[in-house]
Amino acid sequence: MEVGVAGQVPMVDYLVLDDGEPHLVANECASCGARFFDRRNACAKCFATQFTTVPIATEGTVRAFTIVAFAAPGVPTPFVAAVIDCDGTQVRANLTNIEPDPEHIRSGMDVRLTTYSLGEDSEGTTAVGFAFSPAV
Amino acid sequence: MSASDDVWILGIRMTKFGKHPDLDTVDLAAEAAIGALDDAGVTMADVGVLAAGNLMNASAGIGQQLQKQIGQTGIPVYNVANACATGATALRTAIMAVKAGEADYGMAVGVEKLAGAGLLGAGGVKRGDAKTWSPSGRYGAVAPIDGRIGTETMPGVFAQIGIEYDHKYGGLSFELFARISEKNHAHSTLNPLAAYQKKFTLEEIMGDVMIAYPNTRPMCSANCDGAAAAVVCNGETLKSLSLQQRRRAVKVSASVLTTDPYEEGCQVLPNVNTLTRNAAGTAYEQAGVSPGDLDLVELHDCFATAELVHYDNLMLCEEGGAAEFFNSGATWRDGSTPVNVSGGLQSKGHPIAATGIANIWEICHHLRGEAGDRQIANAKIGLAHVIGLGSACGVHILERSAA
Repeated sequence: MEVGVAGQVPMVDYLVLDDGEPHLVANECASCGARFFDRRNACAKCFATQFTTVPIATEGTVRAFTIVAFAAPGVPTPFVAAVIDCDGTQVRANLTNIEPDPEHIRSGMDVRLTTYSLGEDSEGTTAVGFAFSPAV
Repeated sequence: MSASDDVWILGIRMTKFGKHPDLDTVDLAAEAAIGALDDAGVTMADVGVLAAGNLMNASAGIGQQLQKQIGQTGIPVYNVANACATGATALRTAIMAVKAGEADYGMAVGVEKLAGAGLLGAGGVKRGDAKTWSPSGRYGAVAPIDGRIGTETMPGVFAQIGIEYDHKYGGLSFELFARISEKNHAHSTLNPLAAYQKKFTLEEIMGDVMIAYPNTRPMCSANCDGAAAAVVCNGETLKSLSLQQRRRAVKVSASVLTTDPYEEGCQVLPNVNTLTRNAAGTAYEQAGVSPGDLDLVELHDCFATAELVHYDNLMLCEEGGAAEFFNSGATWRDGSTPVNVSGGLQSKGHPIAATGIANIWEICHHLRGEAGDRQIANAKIGLAHVIGLGSACGVHILERSAA
């Protein structure tokens, strides 16, 4: 997906759109290497407070999944929620471009990062989300 | 009063779980608390500490509300909230106070009004009304994450936990998870206090409404109303009581509460495994018993997928052997390690803060030989487990009195 960066905002701040191909980044503890996706106060593993930003592999394997058929009001269903092992870092995401059907999804399958538009706001800015789709 | 290693459950009671439209949380808590006091043969005048939980209304001070209905004696109240482990946390709080010598008798109460509640855990943020995309929160998100970046609903989270087990060890299937639910619903037919006492065929379970694959509706815990309460005392105090009280008292051989230690990925998908394994390991050591000594287990089957992983986490089977263990029939009520003979959360119901005391009531009922039609013959030792996402895990090991 070719996207111009101007006029775009990532759905979450750990999705990077303006530095080469879209990818995720994590806050990596400078002391023990534990990785986190949220804003940090300190490391949950070793309590250190220094972090560096590291890129996350854009390909991975499905470690766990579910097909959500019943969700909160306003959440379109069905959708496939999953945990993807991206070269040792666990990532939470939806699976996309896949039939939401247990026949078509299995743990261990290879997937890769993809992005999609969440729509434009009143100022013409497009929010861009991410998901993983089967690696062909 | 003196510090004591010896703590006993002297009285315990749960209300009927289900729909109680005419009773509020205080009514339900009072019914359980007065019942537990009667069962113990003591009154509020004896109780030196009260721990109480009502998760869905955690700031309301259910302990003091309860005191105002059943007895205001000026004792300290600890209102606790620890997700689905709230009841176990209340009990553990009362046990710690008694163990520390701060009180001879303590009471724990858990209550919830949940009948008709929908899906729990789903984000409550209204979608689509933002005029401009503006980042907020710890992920700098411009839109609600639930449904866009995985799922935050309980059935979906626990579904992934079951699938993850299959990914690690293999041997699982939708049908196997459904069979676990078939067992618990069959067990519930013998429990008059269960919210649902309906037997389901495997086909009915698998063919019911899918909530989050592989959990269909009957494979999910039942939202309902209910309360449970327990009165505990120390060993010295028990010695001064009647033979009848001493015979019915149940020994708390282990009382453990844990949280999840950091592991890779634990902030992405909750790790309900390690904290349960840690709690169980500590509990077996405290009690001086091994999993093979257990006559029955009440574990936190909030979803069929959860029950399976906890066979392994509680070390009821070999590591990775949960499917084989279940397939052997071990966890049915006539098996070697009966699990959830009450019907479990899927049919007995899951009024959140009551659950962690109600499962102890079930164990006590069997250890006292008072479980009627569903009595596990000659039960001497039982284990009760709960887990609250976030996470908190409570494990109690209970033993029949030798008196």
